[in-house]
Amino acid sequence: MNFDLQYMLEISLQIAKYIPITLLLAIVSMVFAIIIGLVVALIRNSKIFGITHLAGLYISLFRGMPTLVQLFIIYYGLPQLFPSLSTMDAIMAAIIGFSLKESSYLAEIFRAGLNSVDKGQMEAGLATGMKRVQIYSRIILPQAALNALPATGNTFISLIKETSLAFTLGITELFAEGKILASASMRFFETYLVVGLIYWLLVILYSWIQKYLEIWLSKPLRR
Amino acid sequence: MIKVRNLTKHFGDKQVLTDINLDIKTGEVVAIIGPSGSGKSTLLRCLNLLEKPSNGTIEIKDVKLNTQKYKARDAYQLRQQTAMVFQHYNLFKNKTALKNVIESLLVSSKMKKEEAIQIGENLLKRVGLEKQAHQYPATLSGGQQQRVSIARALAVKPHAILFDEPTSALDPELVNEVLQVIRQLSKEDTTMVIVTHEMQFAKEVADHVIFMADGQIIEQGTPEQVIEHSLNPRTQRFLRQAGDETDGAAR
Ligand SMILES: Nc1ncnc2c1ncn2[C@@H]1O[C@H](COP(=O)(O)OP(=O)(O)O)[C@@H](O)[C@H]1O
Ligand SMILES: [Mg+2]
Repeated sequence: MNFDLQYMLEISLQIAKYIPITLLLAIVSMVFAIIIGLVVALIRNSKIFGITHLAGLYISLFRGMPTLVQLFIIYYGLPQLFPSLSTMDAIMAAIIGFSLKESSYLAEIFRAGLNSVDKGQMEAGLATGMKRVQIYSRIILPQAALNALPATGNTFISLIKETSLAFTLGITELFAEGKILASASMRFFETYLVVGLIYWLLVILYSWIQKYLEIWLSKPLRR
Repeated sequence: MIKVRNLTKHFGDKQVLTDINLDIKTGEVVAIIGPSGSGKSTLLRCLNLLEKPSNGTIEIKDVKLNTQKYKARDAYQLRQQTAMVFQHYNLFKNKTALKNVIESLLVSSKMKKEEAIQIGENLLKRVGLEKQAHQYPATLSGGQQQRVSIARALAVKPHAILFDEPTSALDPELVNEVLQVIRQLSKEDTTMVIVTHEMQFAKEVADHVIFMADGQIIEQGTPEQVIEHSLNPRTQRFLRQAGDETDGAAR
């Protein structure tokens, strides 16, 4: 069989050097996505006429377009309208694209998480003289976070894998490096297998972190 | 002192409170009784604006509010005058018993942590739960949770405490420990408004009893007047039914 284990081991380290850039894309995008997603969820939940529909439109729009198309619109399309954006580097464009995309998923997840917190928690806070912002940040969000964690985690896992699309903007991350090595060595199977396994490892590592996060967050709710 | 004038409330087309007038003196213990669906909870929840009243004025201690036009700040000030004990306790699930009690001291009163903890521990001792201070609500029995929620209500030193059926979600054997705490409070000078189905208890702790039906105050007076010797046929019918239920439960 035409399979070179030795080669696989050699390139593993070479490809692994690009783990940081993949993680950078995933983690920074996730942080922005969480912030935007939370704001959109709160707006969507507010009963202020008009802007709640706007939030709905935002969610629907970014969820409805393929990530790849969004990336191209941002990186190749926007500078055409706003020439000053032509200095935008590919990494920034990718982070913007991923953040917007993921935030639209997270907004719905967070909204469900917020709504799953018992209404009595808000009422109890108001009745003891707390302000809404205080109740949200100290009582409701921590409880909503636990409810939203599994789905948020799945979104992050998808995001880690989706960062491979960044190669289309010319960013050298895990997948792009694999592509370069594969076309040089013509050992496509081994190279892409290594790339795939590294993604898998990252996902396993994250799942493991999430498990501990879940245990920590749910500590108060266990009997 | 609580003074309510011409309070009405409707949910959509449905009139739930009709022209409620109420005078409660400082330090007085008032029991509100009446059939389910008569608007007792809604009345209490209008007093701290958890429900937005449709009309009328509410005055508690020195805060007076016209329910037709008020700002968020007015609502906040009115709420500061009262605390509420809910039927389902509504303890903050992500906070220990002690943290539940001192939460509003920390964030609303901006009290120093050590001072708040001192107050919190004393209050928990008062409701007999000093040993449970660091337990989360999920690990406490219903009776214990309700006692924590009473301590939480006391912490803000409210002018009045509103109790909405504080024992009706509890298993029968846990009712007494909660009633005992309220009984103790009733001897002090806190103003209390208690919605309850426990007639015996109402008779014992209340200075004043209000009977409500269909969103109106039908009759009010001393416990003797309303619970013992009511001349009003609706009150009589309600009390007879309540009595039957208690007998049924005892059997
Ligand atoms: N949020 C609400 N929306 C619509 N109707 C309500 C709402 N809350 C209470 N009601 C209605 O108002 C009436 C009075 O309810 P409530 O004050 O809970 O009565 P009680 O506490 O005396 O049992 C009931 O008919 C109830 O169905
Ligand atoms: Mg009720």
